[in-house]
Amino acid sequence: MSGSKKMVGADAVLRSLEAEGVETVFGIPGGAILPIYDAMARGTTVRHVLARHEQGGGHMAQGFARASGKVGVAFATSGPGATNLVTPIADAWMDSTPLVCITGQVRSNLIGTDAFQECDITGVTMPIVKHSWLVQDVEELPSIMKAAFHVASTGRCGPVLVDIPRDIQEAALDFKYPDSVDLPGWKPPTKGHPRQIKEAATRIAAAEKVVLYVGGGTLNGDAVKEIKELAELWRIPVVTTLMGKGAFPETHELFMGWPGMHGPKWSNYAVNKSELLVAVGARFDDRVTGKLSAFAPGADIIHLDIDSAEISKLRHADVPVVGPLKQILHDITGELRKLQSAGATSRTEPWLRQIREWRDEFPLRYTKASGGDFMKPQTVLEALQAQTADRDDVIFTTGVGQHQMWAMQYLLCNQPRSFITSGGLGTMGFGIPSAVGAKAARPDATVVCVDGDGCFQMTCQELATASLEKLPIVVVLVNNGYLGMVHQWQNLFFEERRSQVHLTHQVPDYQMLAEAYGAAGFTVTNEDELEAALSEALTCGRTAVVDCRVDPAEGVYPMIPAGAAAIDMLEYQDPQGAMA
Amino acid sequence: MKHTVSVLVENKPGALARVSTMFARRGFNIESLSVGPTERNDVSRITLRVDCERHSIEQIEKQMHKLVNVLRVSELEPGEAIERELALIKVHAPADKRHELVALGEVFHARVADLGADAMIFEVVGSPEELDSFEELVRPYGVKEMARTGRIGLGRTSATAPTPRKHHV
Ligand SMILES: Cc1ncc(C[n+]2csc(CCOP(=O)(O)OP(=O)(O)O)c2C)c(N)n1
Ligand SMILES: [Mg+2]
Repeated sequence: MSGSKKMVGADAVLRSLEAEGVETVFGIPGGAILPIYDAMARGTTVRHVLARHEQGGGHMAQGFARASGKVGVAFATSGPGATNLVTPIADAWMDSTPLVCITGQVRSNLIGTDAFQECDITGVTMPIVKHSWLVQDVEELPSIMKAAFHVASTGRCGPVLVDIPRDIQEAALDFKYPDSVDLPGWKPPTKGHPRQIKEAATRIAAAEKVVLYVGGGTLNGDAVKEIKELAELWRIPVVTTLMGKGAFPETHELFMGWPGMHGPKWSNYAVNKSELLVAVGARFDDRVTGKLSAFAPGADIIHLDIDSAEISKLRHADVPVVGPLKQILHDITGELRKLQSAGATSRTEPWLRQIREWRDEFPLRYTKASGGDFMKPQTVLEALQAQTADRDDVIFTTGVGQHQMWAMQYLLCNQPRSFITSGGLGTMGFGIPSAVGAKAARPDATVVCVDGDGCFQMTCQELATASLEKLPIVVVLVNNGYLGMVHQWQNLFFEERRSQVHLTHQVPDYQMLAEAYGAAGFTVTNEDELEAALSEALTCGRTAVVDCRVDPAEGVYPMIPAGAAAIDMLEYQDPQGAMA
Repeated sequence: MKHTVSVLVENKPGALARVSTMFARRGFNIESLSVGPTERNDVSRITLRVDCERHSIEQIEKQMHKLVNVLRVSELEPGEAIERELALIKVHAPADKRHELVALGEVFHARVADLGADAMIFEVVGSPEELDSFEELVRPYGVKEMARTGRIGLGRTSATAPTPRKHHV
């Protein structure tokens, strides 16, 4: 073979990663993946970040991918190492994050014998990967690696898994990285249908009450510039989902918030009273729609997506367009320009005025702490927003729970890929490791994890990774002493019976824990200390944890109770009991 | 409504598991499934019978298309496809009933594949509906055991070939 080199499978894995341009991988070694780690020690341009738990390694790879738009790579050994990766794989599946997971497997002759640390990880993960490979012949390794990166990052992005038995890692091959993939069954759409695009443009041109409902697919599809052009040309209000947050500048006059369970009432009004809803890389998730049959009942739907299976999965699409969003949006805007030249004009001004009126009528609100009361969590987020408002080099990650929803509501993101959160799976513990991964992808950026005290305790061991790998992150801990979101549901829907949700504010002592991990620790118990602590944490250049002790009684509002119509939101009630 | 879906898959390890896992995970029930070789030795055909709404069958096909090993998905429309199944039916057949059973079998072109002291095995090929009728008819004699292959099908040679659904709307 011309241009080929003799080596073993383990080297071939690294040469493949190098050929793919992979800079950083995240993982933990173990018996079944030792040859690959040995190959690493023998030399590679790929940086390996040693996680403290494979779940952390997987979320780091996700954070890396989400911050950079590149494929994230995670390594784990067989058995427990591989099963620890299941949560990040499921998370990447739900949130369409391009991820290549490489796991060691027991030797081929031991597969199926219940050998030590054997686990059928391709079987376990089958429903949550785009594809997986159990490598059976070392000669196939280069083409499988090529295919893995290709499948993870084309069409709708998502996770893939390559499971490599130890003997395959040790077997010799003539290595040559292929130039192209041979996947006859993998044909993601390459172009939206021109007739559908025309139809979409015609409908948009004529619409009065139209909304762009922008999801995470817009970021994956690299269509941020295009969505802005479309919105600005035809003066269309934009809402973004939790996954789409940052895909449209949030201080833009056409930005109208976030629809869904904890979106502001005015955003939900805009969506639900629209007559034409243009879904862009969004999937009508139940957290957005509430009761599906009552969702935007008067709206026709234009659905733009790379994944044809999303079209009419939950809500019938009147005008579906399947293909790359960048091209589709670009072409729709082009069609609108033609219509404009022919005399058509945007008719959305009264509608924009109406949404702004709703915005003034139903702002987000809460009651600030007074006297010796607990600080309010919203105050923490407002302070963080104030300190980062003028910067375009800040990336936020979050855990899952109340703090995540306040982060969505109070942090205004003007940059794409600046808000990284676990949307679909809702994985507690996502925040810290994904921040470490984001920092690896964007060393120039200040990466801030807004975390809950419950989430923090699920993955805080990765603070060691952050400290030692020189990947400093800032953790702003919204410490309410509770599994707050569950607490809120128990208060609202289970007659305030608290069951197993109390964590306490004090244990662990987060400041001491931070210091134990080589990070800077701060404890903030009242508003006066907040600004200084945040400011120091944000500028100290080290990993820092700011433990903000906040009111456990605070709920996230407004709220669409699960299964209720989006238009029937529960509202914030101030302490006097008056409805907001 | 019942639908027959014909799926061409790469002949790779796990391809069948991926298809059936997808059905299970999306909550679709498979009524019958048969898998076997095709004219190409690197391709297998899976024929599935599912009972679901039109909307669901479209969802199934689209989800199947996303599987890397799946090459082609088409629905076999009744009337536009030939569908067949093979059944082996072991019937209680004491000497005094044999003639009657053999005569019944002839109507369905069922062959007697094996004959024992008080039982016989019919081998019958036909449309799955014909097989249902035959089974119904021999049931009163006492069916001891039965094995059916599940349906397989091909689009007719004339008329319209089975519509491939590539969802690039
Ligand atoms: C791994 C995991 N386990 C359980 C849950 C259910 N859950 C959702 S939010 C939440 C509470 C989170 O507590 P905390 O991190 O303190 O955030 P808070 O809601 O208090 O802001 C729980 C237990 C989950 N989403 N993920
Ligand atoms: Mg909490």
